[in-house]
Formats: sequence, structure tokens, C-alpha cells
Amino acid sequence: MSTVTTTDLDGAVESAAAHLYVWALKDIPQDLRDALAAAAGTETSVPGQRVLQTILRNVDVAEEEKNLVCQDTGIAVYYCRVGEHFPLHPARIYAALKEGTERATVEHPLRSNTVHTLTRENTGQNVGYRIPIVHWAFIPDWDGLDVKCVPKGSGSENMSFLKMCVPADGVRGIKEFVLDSIVGAGGKPCPPGIVGVGIGGSADYAMHLAKEAIARPVGTRNEDPLVAQLERELKDLLNETGIGPMGLGGDVTVLSVHVEHADTHMTLNPVAVNYQCWAARRASAHISADGTIEYERDA
Amino acid sequence: MATHEVTFPITDPAEILKLRAGDEVVVQGHIIGIRDRTQVRIFDQGVEPPMDLSGAFLLHTAPGVRKLGPGRYEKVCIGTTTSARMVRFTEPLGAQYGVRAICGKGGFPDEAIEPMQRLGMVYFAIVGGAAALETTQIEEIEEVAWEELMPECLWKFRVKDFGPLTVGIDAHGGSLYRDVQERARKKLEEIYARL
Repeated sequence: MSTVTTTDLDGAVESAAAHLYVWALKDIPQDLRDALAAAAGTETSVPGQRVLQTILRNVDVAEEEKNLVCQDTGIAVYYCRVGEHFPLHPARIYAALKEGTERATVEHPLRSNTVHTLTRENTGQNVGYRIPIVHWAFIPDWDGLDVKCVPKGSGSENMSFLKMCVPADGVRGIKEFVLDSIVGAGGKPCPPGIVGVGIGGSADYAMHLAKEAIARPVGTRNEDPLVAQLERELKDLLNETGIGPMGLGGDVTVLSVHVEHADTHMTLNPVAVNYQCWAARRASAHISADGTIEYERDA
Repeated sequence: MATHEVTFPITDPAEILKLRAGDEVVVQGHIIGIRDRTQVRIFDQGVEPPMDLSGAFLLHTAPGVRKLGPGRYEKVCIGTTTSARMVRFTEPLGAQYGVRAICGKGGFPDEAIEPMQRLGMVYFAIVGGAAALETTQIEEIEEVAWEELMPECLWKFRVKDFGPLTVGIDAHGGSLYRDVQERARKKLEEIYARL
């Protein structure tokens, strides 16, 4: 953890975004390092072991060379928890996050991935219309701001799936859809990673929850014991499929399964899957009302 | 599962025939970076690529680079993208241009198996996301064409000890991806029966 103080709140948020984006891309969290090392400890297939050893070597090389873990700088996604009394309005927070994303892209320089969806023309420095993507939570009786940056690569994001199961499909329908999706994805989303599952709510909200799930530290369990049980069961079942590291066959197909849920309509049973690759990058900062920034890699 | 060292571009097709699905390979010499838009330009828009692709090793990449001057770039971070999106170019790359190896991550679907066998080509699986390591194995960006497609240009890299790669699909009809999927589908039936 490191601390920086500034009196300019817009500037503090911009600096935090610029720092978090690059930091997340270079220095993966400890929980993920531990999960990858544990995977290498159990994998018995030859190609699977080759993949995991290369991954571990790559994490070290990124540190030694001060380079990015993966070249896909992704789409910058930020999760903001904004205190009711934080002195900067979310409209200004968004503008500052965008400035910070652009600054990091130019200064490093980072590969720019953002394009216009129809023309496919690059729109600039990893920013564009509605990019970066920011998720908001508003916290009563608090004056702080937490920002978590999760650069999301396209290889894993392309492996996103939604099914509107019917209530009669029950929990079994949810499990089958997750299993089917991950087997179908094979090696494309860079396994072994984190499988995010969102259940309930509505179609869009289920996917939102699945995305929230992949941003959690590896192996954390949902507070609801029923949901936590589903997480454990899905992880074990997925690791029976033999897809293995990079889809080349092996024992470790996923590092973890995280499920987030919302209550839903009596006629709905939505299930969404959002994959996060083994390079599950994230970095966080806490910004106080006086502009002090505290960085926390593993939050 | 054997271990091989292969230098590209190759002139002897036997170099490819000795590789079997699951083998480990380390690559030396020169490789060509290519991606979605590069191949759309060659095959959908009918523009001849300004680089010789015969005997070549193609890498599915859009590198992060720093511009040094006109047509000159240095590497920042070079990694590999998902291949499956580009599978339809496999046959024409081999038949029209003599490409012998395609390297990417995540594998090719089964439609690549037949043309690769017929044309004597292989698919190499790299570890997706392991770009920091991959970047150290690329010695220099020697040439770039179609800069207006940045970063999806046509790149020529000189590499040293590039890998370890795994032969995902060989030139004998073997595919690790097909085998893994078949086994996983059988396993799913078993799992569904006890859910």
C-alpha cells in the first residue's frame, strides 16, 4: 500500500485512474499468483503443465522487465464506490477516470483497443463514446471513494453467454448452462481463469452481476451459503471436464467460480456467464475527501 | 511427446511433417505478425501482401509498439490473440501463399484440420496472455507494412527461442482441440446424468 496526497480532487481521481490502469496491467494480485502456483502444483497433463509453467515464468518476467503481463490492455472498466459525502460529483469522477485512462495510454504508451463499433476505426487512446465503462455503487454516511480498475481483455470477454432459463429448469438448468458454456469456450478465453456467473434479476442485470463476480479476489466465497455451495460445486464439476490450461487438456480448467445473485421475477431464471482469463488483472485505490490516495493491489 | 527446434521460414516441407499434436516446439528465425483486418485486406479486398509468405510462420498478433521514425518501430509489449476468429483464412493462406505454420492461442475449430493435412500446415498453440515473456523472445521488428491498419499491420519479427509452443493441430489430421472437446462432451453427459 502506498499513499499520495493532493488537494485537487479531479486531479486525484485522474492520477489514480492513470496509475491503476498501468499497475493492474503489470502487477497481478497475490491471490491470483497463489491460485496459479497451486494449479501448477496439481496439474498432471504435459501440455497443461507446460502452459502453467510458462504463465508463472511470464508473471516473473513482467516484474523483472516492468512490462505488461498481457498485451491486451483491454477495455478499462472501473468499479466505483462513492460515499454520499464525497465532495466530487460522479459526473466529474467519470470525466476524471476518462482523462486518467487516456493519459496512461499516451504516457506509457499502451496499445489502444477502442474502436467505433460500426466503422471499426480506432477512436483514440483507449477512450471513446461510453468508454471507459464505470460501474457505480453509492454508500450512505461516508465521504470516501473506492476505485477498482479491471482492464478486461477481449479473448475472455468474447466468451460471455446469457440464457433465459425458465423456472422449471431450476438450479440444474443453471449448472448445465455454465458447464456447457465453459466447455464450448475451450481454450479461447485463456483458461484457467475465473468464471463469473450472474443469476436472477433481469437479462442485463444477470450479466452485470457476472461481471461483478469476476472482479472479486480469486476464491472468495459469496456470503449466502447456498450461493457459496453452488460456487464450490460448479468449480469441481468444471475441473472434471478436462479442458485444461489453454484448452490443451488437463486437470485445471478454472481457478475459481464466483456467483453473484439478485432476486428475480417468479417467471424468470436468467443465467449469465462472464469469463475472466488467467491474467485476471485488477488494482484498487481509496481516495479520501481531502484528496489523499491510498493504493491497494489485492483489494 | 517430442521436443523440436524449427527455424522459419522453412524450405523443406518435411520439417512440418515430423511434428505431432502435443509435441513441444521452440522457433528460431523470422515470423510474420498478422490479424483480422490484415487478412480481410488480403482475401476479402484482394490486396496482395507486400511480404513473402512462402514457408512462413504466421503469428496472430496486434503488437503494442513505440514509433521511432518512418516505418520504424520498437517493441513495447507483444502477445498473441484468439485464433478461432480467423480460421476461414487457413486454406487460402496455405494454398495461395504457401504458409506452413499458424500460431495463436485458443486453437482452431475442426474445419482447419482437413486443409492443414492436405496442405502440410501446422497450428502452434502459444500461451495466451504470456506477453511479457513473448516480448523478450522477439529480438527486433524488422519490417512493417500497411501501417494504416495499426496495430493490425503486417509485421516481420526476428525471434530467438520463441516458445515453448505446443503443436495443437498437426499435418497428419491430429488435433488436440478435437480430442479434448470429444472427451469433455462425453464427460458432460456423465455429469448431467448425476446432476
